[in-house]
Amino acid sequence: MGRQILLEHINVPGINTFDVYRKHGGYASVEKALKTMTPDEVTEEVKKSGLRGRGGAGFPAGMKWSFLDRKSEKPRYLVCNADESEPGTFKDRYLMERIPHVLIEGMITSSYALGAKTSYIYVRGEYMYVIRILEQAIQEAYAKGFLGKNILGTDYSLDLYVQPGGGAYICGEETALLESLEGKRGNPRLKPPFPAVAGLYASPTVVNNVETIAAVCSIVNLGGDEYAKIGIGKSTGTKLISASGHINKPGVYEIELGLPVEEFIYSDQYCGGIWKGRKMKAVVAGGSSVPILPTELILKTAKGEPRLMTYESLSDGGFVSGTMLGSGGFIVMDETSCIVRNLWTFTRFYHHESCGQCSPCREGTGWMEKVLHRIEHGHGHEGDIDLLVDVAKKIEGNTICPLGDAAAWPVASAIRHFREEFEYHVRYPEKVKNPKHFELEPFVPASALATV
Amino acid sequence: MSKVEFSPDTLALAQRIIKRYPEGRQKSALLPLLHVAQAEFDGWLSPETMDYVASLLNIKPIEVYEVASFYTMYNLKPVGKCLIEVCRTGPCWLRGADDIVEHFEKKLGIKEGETTADGVFTLKTVECLGSCGTAPMLQCGSDYYENLTTEKVDTLIEKLRASGNRSTYMKSNMQEL
Ligand SMILES: Cc1cc2nc3c(=O)[nH]c(=O)nc-3n(C[C@H](O)[C@H](O)[C@H](O)COP(=O)(O)O)c2cc1C
Ligand code: SF4
Ligand code: FES
Repeated sequence: MGRQILLEHINVPGINTFDVYRKHGGYASVEKALKTMTPDEVTEEVKKSGLRGRGGAGFPAGMKWSFLDRKSEKPRYLVCNADESEPGTFKDRYLMERIPHVLIEGMITSSYALGAKTSYIYVRGEYMYVIRILEQAIQEAYAKGFLGKNILGTDYSLDLYVQPGGGAYICGEETALLESLEGKRGNPRLKPPFPAVAGLYASPTVVNNVETIAAVCSIVNLGGDEYAKIGIGKSTGTKLISASGHINKPGVYEIELGLPVEEFIYSDQYCGGIWKGRKMKAVVAGGSSVPILPTELILKTAKGEPRLMTYESLSDGGFVSGTMLGSGGFIVMDETSCIVRNLWTFTRFYHHESCGQCSPCREGTGWMEKVLHRIEHGHGHEGDIDLLVDVAKKIEGNTICPLGDAAAWPVASAIRHFREEFEYHVRYPEKVKNPKHFELEPFVPASALATV
Repeated sequence: MSKVEFSPDTLALAQRIIKRYPEGRQKSALLPLLHVAQAEFDGWLSPETMDYVASLLNIKPIEVYEVASFYTMYNLKPVGKCLIEVCRTGPCWLRGADDIVEHFEKKLGIKEGETTADGVFTLKTVECLGSCGTAPMLQCGSDYYENLTTEKVDTLIEKLRASGNRSTYMKSNMQEL
């Protein structure tokens, strides 16, 4: 446990420059792949590694690559998803800012495997300063012969560009991202066709997250089988976790998949425990879209086994008692936080970010925001809680893209696990009028009192 | 009002950006060019500016309007010289974003969404900026200000007021978008 791959050299001065990065083994995967492997052999290693997409859905990267339509006459594209806008997630920014070359290297090696001659990194527009850093790194890579015509004297050529977004969470959804890259509004496309067949400019396209692409470097260097030994079971490798909220040490941590959640939260190596000596109340483990869990269920599964930082363990119990690893946005809430208010901010976010194409998402997120606003501000009605559950249910599964689900899950799970807190808001409106109500007097569920 | 046109340097940059995409796909340059245009023309996109961008890309003006109105970073109305964008989503709220917004409102004498009478500051609240580990935070132009406290806000207001520069997402010395 505790192996560092992506962030191994993070603290080396100058690691953001080509020369220092190269001195620490950088660009070895490009040399190895281009000079000693065929593109299919690279894809094969990625398959063997068991690497799962780090953007949120956890889809096996090698499998996605093998779906790419290689028979088409059209050019193929690799597009890196650096839109990173899921609340609670900031790991891609950290990686690109601190070690930009690991992404550039991964882009070159991956583009070679996929047969792409032109690739794009789509970065959310707000990260404009990160775009500068990437552009600088790309220029260095061109100057050193790792990009452009006949890379390292081989017959492989690649051009790599950075594309800024314009501020829209929905452009993280891969088909919306492609629309945006074509200069349009970020409206997700109906699938099929999948990007692997008709993606950017209706050509075969692979879209992968920053961290997924960066991981390809070590997979090629170590070999897929070796990489697969890191982690546990089907959760292979390391994962960057963005830790935020009420912890002593917020930040980005690289963990080996399989680390116990409890160790991640309380050990000084990672989050360093809950701030101000308080107790933990709840965790949103994988970015704002995943179900929230109360302390007892995030530390242990319903079966009483220690919860681990893996795709499988975090989702153990399904949505009844589990959650998801998602993008690795780990948001911790202490005993003074108001579940309703936090949820209201999330729902406001989804309403704001809905592209508006499907009525259940466009209207439903608006409703949920409105109802949550009135509950939180002491104007809730009897029946509002069931109304929320009902609206969430009607959105889920009825939309073009998963943003609808992403908006529904947090609402459904917060009510599932913290219903009493919602009821308290409706029943005692005067007690919640002060926005800091639970900071002044932490909420204690009646069920807890009953056991005293 | 003078005619809307990029300076020769900016025009050259625009041409380089357009070349990044395959033949016939110049529309892909729209989002980058809108950022460039917004930086060049006072921090917002007037109808004339958007028409000009349409002409550069050989597309219809409506294709520009529909895109500019979809994305939050494009201002379709004039904004103050310093656009203060405070993040208010969950993780930032957990660490006191509300207090930061309130402090700005008090210090600047405006409400969220408004511009000060002297046209220097516009205060806006925005959704997660990917900086939740250093919450609360705000963005002004291309700069992130993190781990904010009310004291830091006071210093920042002074600094921005004194500098007199317009905040833009693009810094002129790094024009190679
Ligand atoms: C609303 C929405 C937002 C998303 N945002 C991101 C994002 O910011 N970054 C990302 O990598 N994936 C995001 N995804 C997932 C992408 O659609 C896609 O699955 C991912 O980029 C694939 O890369 P991966 O397989 O390497 O994870 C989002 C999905 C949805 C539905
Ligand atoms: S689910 Fe929401 S965001 Fe996704 S396509 Fe429909 S309206 Fe747009
Ligand atoms: S919630 Fe404010 S930066 Fe993410």
